[in-house]
Amino acid sequence: MTKNLQWKLLIILAVIALAVFSFYPPREKVRLGLDLKGGVHLVLRVQTDDALKLETEMATERLREALAQRNIVPGNIAAEPPSRFVVAGVTAGQDAQFRTIADEQVGAVFNRVSGAGGSYTFDIKPNVAVTLRDETVRQALQTIERRVNEFGVAEPIVAPHGTSNDQILVQLPGVTDVGRAKELIRSTALLELKLVEQGPAPTREALLQTTNGVVPPSLEVISGVDDRGITGQAGATVYYLVRKTAAITGRDLRNARPSLDENSRPAVSFSLNNEGARKFGTATGENVGRLLAIVLDGRVQSAPRIDSRITDEGRITGSFTQQEVSDLSLKLRSGALPASLTYLEERTVGPTLGADSVRAGVMASVTGLALVALFMLGYYKLSGINAIVSVFLNLLILLGFMAYVDATMTLPGIAGFILTIGMGVDSNVLIFERIKEELAAGKGVKAAVAAGFDRVWWTIVDTHVASLIAAAFLFQFGTGPIRGFATTLFFGLLSNVFTAVFVSRTLFEFVLSRRQTATTLSI
Amino acid sequence: MDIFKNTTFDFLRWRWHALALSVLIVLAGIGYMATRGGLPLGIDFSGGTIVVLKFDRPVTEEAVRNAVASLPGEKVVQRYGQAGENEILVRLPETGAEQGFSLEEGSKAILAAVETANLGTFEVLSTEVVGPVIGKDLQRKGIYATLASILGIAIYIAVRFRPSFAIGAIVATFHDIFVTLAFLAFFGYELSLNVVAAILTIAGYSVNDTIVVFDRVRENLKLMRREPLDRVVNTSVNQTLARTVITAGTTFLAVLALYIFGGDVLRGFAFTMLVGIVSGTYSTVFIASAIAIILSQRKAARAGGAEPSAARKGGARPATNGARPADKPARKPARKGA
Repeated sequence: MTKNLQWKLLIILAVIALAVFSFYPPREKVRLGLDLKGGVHLVLRVQTDDALKLETEMATERLREALAQRNIVPGNIAAEPPSRFVVAGVTAGQDAQFRTIADEQVGAVFNRVSGAGGSYTFDIKPNVAVTLRDETVRQALQTIERRVNEFGVAEPIVAPHGTSNDQILVQLPGVTDVGRAKELIRSTALLELKLVEQGPAPTREALLQTTNGVVPPSLEVISGVDDRGITGQAGATVYYLVRKTAAITGRDLRNARPSLDENSRPAVSFSLNNEGARKFGTATGENVGRLLAIVLDGRVQSAPRIDSRITDEGRITGSFTQQEVSDLSLKLRSGALPASLTYLEERTVGPTLGADSVRAGVMASVTGLALVALFMLGYYKLSGINAIVSVFLNLLILLGFMAYVDATMTLPGIAGFILTIGMGVDSNVLIFERIKEELAAGKGVKAAVAAGFDRVWWTIVDTHVASLIAAAFLFQFGTGPIRGFATTLFFGLLSNVFTAVFVSRTLFEFVLSRRQTATTLSI
Repeated sequence: MDIFKNTTFDFLRWRWHALALSVLIVLAGIGYMATRGGLPLGIDFSGGTIVVLKFDRPVTEEAVRNAVASLPGEKVVQRYGQAGENEILVRLPETGAEQGFSLEEGSKAILAAVETANLGTFEVLSTEVVGPVIGKDLQRKGIYATLASILGIAIYIAVRFRPSFAIGAIVATFHDIFVTLAFLAFFGYELSLNVVAAILTIAGYSVNDTIVVFDRVRENLKLMRREPLDRVVNTSVNQTLARTVITAGTTFLAVLALYIFGGDVLRGFAFTMLVGIVSGTYSTVFIASAIAIILSQRKAARAGGAEPSAARKGGARPATNGARPADKPARKPARKGA
């Protein structure tokens, strides 16, 4: 055996060891998808009332402002969530004007009914309410889908559920941390950056001292964790008086990613889109020296001081753990939920294909592979062993790759396996047929083997590069099952070039090196 | 042992017949689908009804699946809850409004079917409608992804071989996809996620098959400089015939095992692959090369008309000389370096 050959064999053994090491033990390392193994079955209800409530509150604010501009101050304007607000004490002299303004501002969405003594009741129009609710469920569905995908769950089921039009069915393949997955799906992740007018203060009363205990209409009180030590007690609650209108919200984000703050504590860095950067630049530029509250789901995470005008980058600090930071970035990237969610059901479920089908499928695949192996042995005789070894190795390496990148195996992924095996067999057939041709043309055994591999090399490159391009496009633009297919195909093709060309050739050389004067080849 | 040793079949003589046959199958498929309002969509695409059943004794998913087998559409039968609870979830696709298959009727049909199967007493824990898993948005994305990948392959072939070959390969790929869809329609299969995966596999297989022949054509163009293009292509198809048939045969064998032994759930998947493999092999031999030659000759005829001397020299076969200038295969000198 030459030195060169020894090295080649060594490389092959090393690759096998590496592959086996990555997927061993397969029960733990190879993740199976929902269709093959089952997982968690969740049914969620979208609190669509939230959306109506928001609409009502916004309309109330809008009307209040418009009225104030024309100096109409009715006795009372109050929202009665979710879908009603009332106005009382409109004077007779201003009645006509009030109606005009009200119709202008909220007439498209609300029905107006007048009561006694200049009072009015506004209710959301039924058709608008239906549209709002549907829209909210649709948005929630998309957001959940994005979150689940970013969480790295392959091919979940996310679908509308039930006749009440506000439920969503989510099935996740065997995720190890169900609690975390549920929390990730459920949390609203509504990010708002609001200017602080007063505070922080240890109590609500202390906060409202300067305003005589009244919250001004355009402001609101939000609580948060004490991050400045003003209460002298770690983790205590403090109160902020902030502007109701947010300087920017999660919608203005372009990206969010985990990072560290100046004290090397976990934090989330975000960048803003053009619109967000413009708004944020104005808000921070005009308010240098003041505090900016970072409000997440209605709670102040931290309230840093604005040192200078900030346009397109920012950082959310607070007392976060590493995992909270990565989950928060994920949630911010996938957008806020338009409404809160509640879980109605949580069950474990078996594979969607059915356990029996999975068993039958495995049996059938093994039978199929055995048939192919038998054929290769019968047709190519001893050289068939070569093909079997290289296809088997290909499977080992592919499994190793899949375990290494933590990919989830699903039926579409297995389709990628089948195509890979098909191409692996094909590469061997191509080479063997070519060697036969060269032998028939009168070449010696060694020359024929060498020529066979050399001639077929570019064919294999062409077929594999073309398929790699296809797999890359499918991965880039596809979703769910298409991605699963593309992932296995991509790695399968790469390992096939190695096994069909390098391994197979080395095996031939190894056999021929032991028979220096070979005149025949079992092919 | 050898099959197809030194064959000299004249495949290209049949190219017009082959094209006609393919067009016929594809048109028949499209016509058939059109009369039935498209290929029936599986539950992944259409949504449907979910019924959860609780049995008083252990049942297998297979038994329940057999019980509901007579109902229309592709069913999903899934264990629900822990294994000991004997609960089974059945998803049934919506089979179209015109059949009036509402939530109530869907669940009624399931109940009736399970009752007749005699699997012991059971109660219905819940009945719900469920929306599609793959909504319109995801469907569109999937189609774009597939088109983009075919385009990527085409560009690669155009660069490595010649543009007319790229068109041949694309036509062959679409041919296989449409023929497969046609057969799915004829045999009443539904479009499910698994079938889509199989179709992607078929597209990949078809391209692979086609490139192998094109590669041989490129090699032979150098060796057979005096032969007309169609002769070169025909020789190449013959030379690779053994490989084409063996590869198709072995893959077919493997998938056939899946079709026969893989159970009901995988049958649609396996059927799609079986049709696709046959179609892919057929299109490699008859369609891809034929299109490439027809296009090359067109171009050659135009080039020949502009250059009378070339046409004269080529005699009765202007295509030969005309095709030559276009043939600049990007041969790498490193060919032996493998």
